[in-house]
Formats: sequence, structure tokens, C-alpha cells
Amino acid sequence: MDGPVARADGIVKRFGTGAPALDGVAIAIAPGRITGLVGPDGAGKTTLIRLLAGLMAADAGTIEVLGRAPGDARDAIGYMPQRFGLYEDLTVQENLDLYAELRALPRSERAEVFGKLLEFTDLARFRSRLAGRLSGGMKQKLGLACALVKAPRLLLLDEPGVGVDPISRRELWAMVGDLKREGIGVLWSTAYLDEAEKCDCVYLLNAGKLLFEGPPAALTGRVDDRVIRISGFEERRRRFLTEALDRPEVIDGTIQGRSVRLLLREGASFQPPPHATVDLAPPRFEDGFVEILGGGPTGTSRLAERYRTIPETDRPVIEAKGLTKRFGDFTAAEDMRFEIPRGRIFGLLGPNGAGKSTTFKMLCGLLTPTAGTGAVAGFDLRSAAADARAQLGYMAQKFSLYGNLSVRQNLDFFAGAYELSRADAARAIDEALDVFELERVAGRDAGSLPLGFKQRLALACAVLHQPPVLFLDEPTSGVDPVMRREFWTHINGLVEKGVTVLVTTHFMDEAEYCDEVTLIYRAVQIATGTPDDLKADAATLAGLDDPTMEEAFIALIEEHDRAHGVRAEAA
Amino acid sequence: MRRLRAMIVKEIWAVLRDPRTRIVLVVPPFLQLFIFAFATTLDVRNAELAVLDRSGGRAAVELIQRIEGSPNVRRVRRLASERALAEAIDDEQAIAALVIPEGFARDVAAGRPATAGLVLDGRRSNAAQILAGYVQQIALGLGAELKPRIARAAGASEVTAWYNPALDYIWFTLPSLIAIIVSVAGLAITSQTVARERELGTFDQLMVSPLRVHEILIGKMVPPFLVGTLNGTLYMVAARVVFGVPFTGSLLLFYPALWIYMLALIGVGMLVSAASQTQQQAFLGSFLATTPLILLSGYASPIDNMPGWLQVVTYADPARYFLVIDQGLFLKAMPASVVLQQLWPLALIACVTLSAAAWLFRARME
Amino acid sequence: MRLRDAALDARCLRALIAKELAQIARDPSTFLIAFALPLLLLFLFGYAVSLDTTRTRIAVVVQDDSAPALRLAESYRRSPYFEVTMARSLASVRGMMVDGSARGVVVIPQGFGEGVKRRAPPPIQVITDGSQPNTASFVGTYAEGVRQSWAAAEGLGPAPAATGPPIALSPRFWFNPDLRSRYFLVPGSIAIVMTMIGTLLTALVVAREWERGTMEAMMATPISMAEFIASKVIPYFLLAMASMALCTLLAVFAFGVPFRGSILALLAVASAFLMPALGLGLFISASTKNQFVASQIALLTAFLPTFLLSGFIFEIGSMPLPIRIITYAVPARYLIPSLQTVFLAGDYWGLLLPNIGIMLGFGFLFFALSFRVTRRSLD
Repeated sequence: MDGPVARADGIVKRFGTGAPALDGVAIAIAPGRITGLVGPDGAGKTTLIRLLAGLMAADAGTIEVLGRAPGDARDAIGYMPQRFGLYEDLTVQENLDLYAELRALPRSERAEVFGKLLEFTDLARFRSRLAGRLSGGMKQKLGLACALVKAPRLLLLDEPGVGVDPISRRELWAMVGDLKREGIGVLWSTAYLDEAEKCDCVYLLNAGKLLFEGPPAALTGRVDDRVIRISGFEERRRRFLTEALDRPEVIDGTIQGRSVRLLLREGASFQPPPHATVDLAPPRFEDGFVEILGGGPTGTSRLAERYRTIPETDRPVIEAKGLTKRFGDFTAAEDMRFEIPRGRIFGLLGPNGAGKSTTFKMLCGLLTPTAGTGAVAGFDLRSAAADARAQLGYMAQKFSLYGNLSVRQNLDFFAGAYELSRADAARAIDEALDVFELERVAGRDAGSLPLGFKQRLALACAVLHQPPVLFLDEPTSGVDPVMRREFWTHINGLVEKGVTVLVTTHFMDEAEYCDEVTLIYRAVQIATGTPDDLKADAATLAGLDDPTMEEAFIALIEEHDRAHGVRAEAA
Repeated sequence: MRRLRAMIVKEIWAVLRDPRTRIVLVVPPFLQLFIFAFATTLDVRNAELAVLDRSGGRAAVELIQRIEGSPNVRRVRRLASERALAEAIDDEQAIAALVIPEGFARDVAAGRPATAGLVLDGRRSNAAQILAGYVQQIALGLGAELKPRIARAAGASEVTAWYNPALDYIWFTLPSLIAIIVSVAGLAITSQTVARERELGTFDQLMVSPLRVHEILIGKMVPPFLVGTLNGTLYMVAARVVFGVPFTGSLLLFYPALWIYMLALIGVGMLVSAASQTQQQAFLGSFLATTPLILLSGYASPIDNMPGWLQVVTYADPARYFLVIDQGLFLKAMPASVVLQQLWPLALIACVTLSAAAWLFRARME
Repeated sequence: MRLRDAALDARCLRALIAKELAQIARDPSTFLIAFALPLLLLFLFGYAVSLDTTRTRIAVVVQDDSAPALRLAESYRRSPYFEVTMARSLASVRGMMVDGSARGVVVIPQGFGEGVKRRAPPPIQVITDGSQPNTASFVGTYAEGVRQSWAAAEGLGPAPAATGPPIALSPRFWFNPDLRSRYFLVPGSIAIVMTMIGTLLTALVVAREWERGTMEAMMATPISMAEFIASKVIPYFLLAMASMALCTLLAVFAFGVPFRGSILALLAVASAFLMPALGLGLFISASTKNQFVASQIALLTAFLPTFLLSGFIFEIGSMPLPIRIITYAVPARYLIPSLQTVFLAGDYWGLLLPNIGIMLGFGFLFFALSFRVTRRSLD
């Protein structure tokens, strides 16, 4: 079939009285292609997918799936919602059985289809495991398998990669690639722009409107010759990036190892500092994305400007000395060792369930180590846990503030919990509201804010008492690229003031901001060093030429598996 | 102090701003005030009776009329046959049927003791018994009027009720209701606190802050404490002002007793909350705790009626002690010495539940 | 939700029910509601809540030393209804009344013996504790009963043959001659158990599907509304029936409650009640989509009315008119008398059939409502 498997025209969908969630959107999904759907938070991606799945009706416009109304074409649609739609208290096999029956897969084909799907997803060994006890990556694959039991003509995937490590994401991508060759039309919604870059065609939504449609290269082409890489400068890279971003000709910039990558305004040229080398860098989809959305934030963080300077010290600010945690027979983290000096960012990387969260939690006092010791800001975790806690700011994976308290009440609470005096608290809260542009929403329930504002508030609460140490646990999970830029602008600024940061992340481009990273796999540290070190290691190990951080991550883990003769179970 | 204050303020806001907690806070107290006050009476009113009169004559007619005139009886259906009587009882059209035998009126007139039969529906044995008592009173009264000499010779008892001379049921219900509402709301709110933080992921955030465990626990105790005090006060005032139940004891005894009782309850609620992973489990847990707490308190039925071994169990029920104090302070002008007798076991239970809760909270911090 | 409304495909249905049963088997809260809670309730209503006054503690104040007075006091002491503390003055027992260690005082006045001799005994005084009106009534009635037996034994009255008051009643209690409150409380608590499973548990499981996002995945498959609803109703219907059977066995064999009706009648009554109970559960969950809110609403709209407004413990006839009207909308109001009849009386279809009919009517109403609400849900 040559025509699109699904087509939508002039779609309008309203919830309540505000601006419409979708306003005149048109989309066509071709068979045998992966169509990407990207956009910032609240752009309307999920709403569009639900409309295509026939779960709700549009207020205006036409939708056709295989020439029928979407509600009548359910047999032909495979749909994987954001949380995968799995029954967590059923086993892998039971979930598959259920969806096979519901989709009326003929009994005679079952053995063959299940065999194929289980092999395809590498879940055969876990058939009798409860879905709730699978790792994020495995859940994602099972969700995909369930959507595929009866070979659909149209596959709808709603942000399948949120909170999932790079290896699992790459495997998922490979699986969907196979489906595409069978002629299935795939709609892939994602916040990872490196995935979008690999799609055959991309739709970019913003605030319910379609900003771009076409092959990703067309968006990337808009910024051709405007992306440069600068290396060999003398300042510290963070300070350099900050200054560069403050210049009017620079729209966006990121750190890549020892160098800095900048996106320039159309027609502008960049005057490099003395001794620095400037190369033209190949543009990425992300550059085009940021450009079309009006560019990233400027470089100077207003938060950092007002932050106190953390006194110099020679002693490491965060120390892990052989931290080990066992739960019964299971070792979650073994012999973790690292030292983080003042004013450095240290990253904990690794697949889901490898032990990085356990290590993180031991260091911030949420878990008591089975063996080993650690110290934060000179306070031993075992003997002076409460003092150590007073020295750190903490920001967790999912939004972990009080959703039914207002923004101001949240700030009030954390000011009190960290014993700010009344006057200090009032000043700190006013500043936070101002710096993070939260004044307008100060009275609203924190839970009702858009994700970006929630993230700002979480950071505001974590730094209210100006701690010398920050613990960030997947702080940007599910957040769109522009918001992530803003977040890292603040973190970079704080680090320049001497704040020490421990961070975990699944975004490998964020790992580049770290001064040092450690890769944790199967409860042990398999590689530690600067991002450039790791990339260099990976280059020699896997014979890659100038690998990205993500490629390095995968190469190092595969190498470890090869050396130890095991398969990546946690993936 | 600054930390503790912040914790308390936060907890109060968390209760006041959460629409779900508001449901627990507002709806049950109102509903319960009205339904309990009016519906939960073990008194029998508006009863449907039937009568099979085989006698006729003055005494029989008089007896039926007096029963019909009783405020406890709505109407008395005349039946024609034994079969009709069986049907009326079987199908619950009447809870009781009076059978006046042949010669009943003659016997009364002749001064011979006369006996009428009363068939009652044992499926509702409690209401039936109470009703039987009323009808018995009417029959006795009628006999005494018709044949005063015989009645006097047989002697009598003069029954008076202290504390509640009219045996108004609401005088019992409303004071007890204070104990019930405080228990239900207190347990429901407390049991959610820790479980909610766990489920929403804010628990970790709390644990990495410099707040000490005792500060967190005290912070979480304040809202149920305030809500309980408020509910208790509201109901006490409503009982006196709206329903006219006298409060004869001292408020200086009432509040300390209420507070100590609240502490014991909060300890139970915290235990449930610390043991639960989700709000759902906390809800079920508080339900499982509330039911025996109330049913073993002596409110639903007197503790004296329970089997001996179960009476022993009731000594561990904090509601048991508070109910005695509460009823005593309302109706009996209970003096401090008697209140103290009940208060010390209550305080002991509070100590046990609170320490157990703190222990479990610490043990389950990871 | 835009699903085919009516179609029922046996295969889909079987798969959905198998899934539901697997979930039931693994969920601890299901176990708690379906088995632990019934046992607790049965236990409490079997033992703790007894409305039969067995032995009430009273004080007997004897102000007269004559032989008849002492014999009367002795009658109280030997009565199975009372546990007696003897005293000489009313003042000495006042404290016992205040702290509740005595629920009544019988005062045999001075000159009582003299009066008996003159065949006109002065009335004895019975003081009851009005703070517990029911106990107070029982004490009043039974104290007089003891005195009457005593009077009969003393041969007081006009003629030796006539030993009673001029007009007496001889009550007979059908179905429950020993007046055990357990006989009506235990069958009644089965109604509570079925409400908990039919409404509370059902509301929770469907709300959970919304909360966890599995509802969305279900709706994207080709299943129909009727299949989805049937897949929820059938397992919980079976679970409630199993729990009911367990309770019945316990009631009969552990608590000795008679079972005079037929199993057929019991099944008919219970099935009819589960229609509105399940329908309400589905309706609540589809309208709230949140487990906590669903459980609170189920508590308020199902559990409390079943407990308070169904005639389970409290007589509906005694309630004021507005509340009496409300009770007509409580499905359990029709179940409780039916259960009590099947257990204690037998198959009286004249009572059972209208009740079954009304319960089915409510069931139809609630199901229609939940169909409507579920269909409009995602928008």
C-alpha cells in the first residue's frame, strides 16, 4: 500500500476553556516508515496519539486509519501508552496471553508469534516473572511486544524512552526498525532528539500547533554552517560557555568534553578567544529544534549570581570509601570508591538497576551502607548523618515536592526545614520566586504546574539554603531540551561558585557536563574518568572514531560483558 | 524549633489543601452527626402490630386501644385467623401480634388473672424484646387501673432512671458520638500521613533534610490532634445547644481526657501508616483498626454482655476508657477521682502505641 | 470511550476473566477484604456485639431486716440476670453508679416486712443508669420480673390460685425463642461483607486500572464495553459468593445460627443483592478514577448505609421520616430481612420475592449509570 496508513487533517481538540490542546494539526503516517513526533512539554503529542488510537474524539477535523474511523480500526492499531499499559501483577506470559486473546490472535499462530516476540524482545528467560518486577527497559520491551501480538498496520508509541537507559533505548530502536521493514507505519513520540534524528519524517508540535514537518535533515539543514566547535581555550570550559551564551550572536551551546559546541544566529559570526581553535561542526537535529523554538537561555545564571561563594577547601567534598549495600543475598552496590573535590560535577551513569541509585542513596543518607563509609562536606555519613544532611540540597527523579501545597508553601517549608532564620527565609524565597520566574504561580498548587515549572521549583527548594553540595537524581527525566538547557545553565553557574554536584542521568549529552563520571554496571564501577577519557577508552576498545558519550557508554558495557562472558541482563 | 514549626505548618496545609482529606474531614462528621443522632436508636418507635381478638368485651377493647395509643406503635392491624397472623409475622408486615384468648374480658371482669398471648418476630429479637416490654407495661397498667386492689396486694416496683430520667436515647448517642467521630477522623487522617509521602515520593525528600525523626513525627501528629479537638468541641457544643444534652462535668477534665485519647489513637494511626506502602493499604489498615476499636468500646453493646475472655481484650481498647469518661462527664458529673481511674490506663496505652509507632517508623525508614 | 457497546465475545471475556482472577489471587488487599475482613466482622458480631443482656451488675440496698426483705434480696442474688453487690445505704453505692460498676440499684425500703405482713407491701425502688438507656430498660423490667416471681412464691395476691397481676402477657418469640441477638447479627454481617466486596473492592480495582494507565491500553484494543464490564462483574460476583458461602458455613457451624431456608433461596437473595452492589462499585470507580476517593465514597455510600440504615442493628421504623425515606434507596435494606428470613424462618417467598425484585431494579439502574459514565470517560 502506498498511501499513508493513517491521516489526520485540521485536527482541533479542546479541554475546558483554555487554548486548544491541538489547533489545526495535520499529519500523515506512511507505511514502512518511522514518523517522529517531537515538541516541548504540553505541545499536544499525547493528545494527538490518543486521537489516532481512537480513544477520544476530535472537536474538528478528520482522522482516518486505513481508510476507516480510528475507533473502527482498532484491530489494525498497536498502541503503547506512556506507562506501557502492562498489568504489573501479571507475569510476562500472562500479559502476552491477555493481549493475544483480546486481539483475537488465532490459537494456531500463538506459539509461533510468542516465540518470535520473546526472542525479539529477549524476554524468553523472564516469562514467569511479574511485569512489575521487570526493569524499566524490560517493561518497555514487553509493552511493545503486547502492542505487536497481532501484527498491526499502525504502531503508536508514546514516549517509550522516558527513564530508560541508552542500551535499552537503542535495542528498542533496533526492534522498531525491523517492524518498519515489514511495512508497518510507526508513529514515535519522543523527548530524545537523537532518536528523532533517525526518523524518516518528523512532526514538531509546539503549543498545539505544527511548527515543522518533513525529514529531520530538512530541520537540521536550516542551521547548516551555523554550528561550531571551539577547543583549546584557556578558561574553564563552563565559564567559557557561560560567556559565549551571553553573546547576542550565540543561540545555544553545550559542553562536549574539553570543547564547547555553539549554535550561531543566522548570518552572525563568532570571534574566538586567542589560542582557541574553531571548527565547523556537523549540525544535529537538536540544533534545529532549539533554533525553531527560539533558542536556548542565555549563559549567566541569575541564581548563581546571587549565590554565596563556597569557601575553598583541599579536602574532597564528597567521598565514597568502599560503599557496599546488600539486600539479603543480592548485592546492589559493591565497593564504590570516588572522591569529588570542591566545585566539580560528578556523574553516576549506568543502566537501570545497575546500582547507581543505591550508591546515590547511600551518599545522601537514605540507605545505610552494609560496608564502607562515606562523607559529605567533611561529615561522616555514619556518625554525623544529620550534619551531613544539613549541607546538601537534594532533587529527585520524579517531582517530589508537595503537590497540594502552593509554590510558596513549598518554599516556606523547605526554608524552615533547613533552619533559615525568618529574615533569611523571606529574602531567599523572594529571590527564588524572582530568579525562577515563579511569582506568577506562587499561589498555585505545585502539582498543577507544567513540568518545566515543577522542575524549577524543585531546584529552587533544593538550593534555598545555599548548600555547598547538590545531589541530583535524574533531575531532567522527561523534560524537553530547552528546559534542560536552562537547568544546566543554573548548575554550571553554581559549580563556578564552588558548589559540588553529584548527578545521575540517562541523557548522555548531560554526562558531558560532568568533570568526571563513573559507569556503574552490575553493582560495580566498570570505568571512571573524565568524559573524554571514557570516550577515548571506548574508541580504542571498540575501534570507534570520535564516539559520542552514548556510544562510549554502550561500548564500555558491551566490552565488560564480553570480558565476563555474560549477556546484558539488566538491559 | 524553626524546623519543627515548618514541619507543623506544612502538615496542616497538607491536610487543609488536599481535597481528599477534606472529604474525610467534612463529610463524615456531618453525615454522622445527623444519621447517628437520628437513625441509631435502639429505641422502638412506629412499630407495626397486629391483633387477633377472640374475646371482645371491655377489657380486650381497652387493651387494644391503649396499645394503639402508645407513641411507640404506629398502628395495630386486626386479624381474622391464625393463618393471617402467621402470614403477618412471616412476611414482616408486623413485628408482633397480640392474641387475646376467648374469655379474656370475662376473666378480667371476674377478677381472675387473665393472660393474653404476644407473638413476636424473633428475627429482630432485640426490637421485639423492647416492644414486648412496652406492651407488658401497658397491660400491667391497665390491670392495675381496672383491679387496683389485686394489683396493690401483689406489690410493685417504682423505677426511676438517674442521669437521664426520660431515658432519652439521644442523651446516650451524642456523647458517645464524640468518641466515635474522633476515632474515625483521627485514624483516617493519621494513617494517611506517612503512607502519602511514601507514595508521592516526598518521603525521601523529607529524609534527606536535616529534620529529625521526632520532629517529623510530632509534625505529623499535630493535624489529627487539631482536627480531633475541633470535632470533639463541635460535637460537644452541638450536643448541648442543638440536642439539649446536659454537660454536668468539668471541661477541665474533658479536654485532657480527649487529648490523651487522641494521642493513643494517633499512635495506632501512625503504626498503620508506617506499616503501609500505599495510601490504599493505609486506608484498609485504618478500617481494620477502626472496626474493632469501636465495636469493643462498649458503644455498640455493653462490655458486660461479651464473653469473659473478650472482656479482657477490651482493656486494650483506648475507646473503652474514653467512652466511660465522656458519658460520665456529660450525664453523671463524674468527679476527677473517677476520671483519673480511667485516665491512667488510657495514658499507658498512648505511651505504648506512640513508642511502637516511633519504633516502626525508624525501622522502616529505608 | 468509544467501544462497541453490546457485543460479547466469549474468547475475549474468558481472557479478561482469567486475568482478573490471576490479579485477585496475587493482590493482598483483595485477600484482606474478601477473607480477613469477613472473619473479623463475623467474629466481632458473633462475640463482641451482643445485645442480649446476660448479667448486669447491680447493687441491692436492703434497708429492712425482715425475713421477706432478705428473701427478696436473695432472689436478686440468685437471678441469672444480675450480679449483685449488697449494701446498707444508697449513699454507699452512688460511686458505683458514677463509674459504671453498677448499672442499677434496687432499694428494699424500711417497713417492707411489715407491709408484706399486711399484704400491701410498699413498692421497692429501682434506680437505673439512664446514661445507657437500653440497659436501664432491661434492669427495670428484669428487676420487676424478679420481684414478681418472689411475690408469687410468697403467695401474695388475693387468692392462693391467682398469683399474678390482673392482666398478664405471655410473650412467645417465633424463629428465635432464646432471643439470641447473634442469630440476627451474624446473617446481617454477611450483608456488610457482601457490600465490602461488591462495592468497595470493585470500586478499588476498576479505579486502579485508571490510575495505572492500563485502562487506556485496554480501550485501545478491540474489546467491547460489555466485555470489559462483564469481566469485572463476574470475578467479583464469584468472589463475593465464595465469601458469603464461607460466612454462612461459619455462621451455621461455628456460631450455631440456624439455617431454616433453602440454599436456593440464599443464592437467589445474595445474587440479587450483588447486582446493585457491583453496579454501584463500577459507577463509583468510573466517576472518580482514583483509588483513594473511590474508597472514601464507597465507604460513605455503601458501607455506612448498609451498617446504619438497613435495619441491621437499628430499627428503620424508629427513625424520623426523612431518614426513613432515604432507607428505601439503600439496597441492603431489602437484603437484611431476606437474609434473616432465610436463616431463621425459612423460604417465605412472599417476603423474599418483592425484595429480590427491588434489588434487581436498583442493580439495573446502577449498571445503566456506570455504562454511561464509563463511555464518556477519557474525554
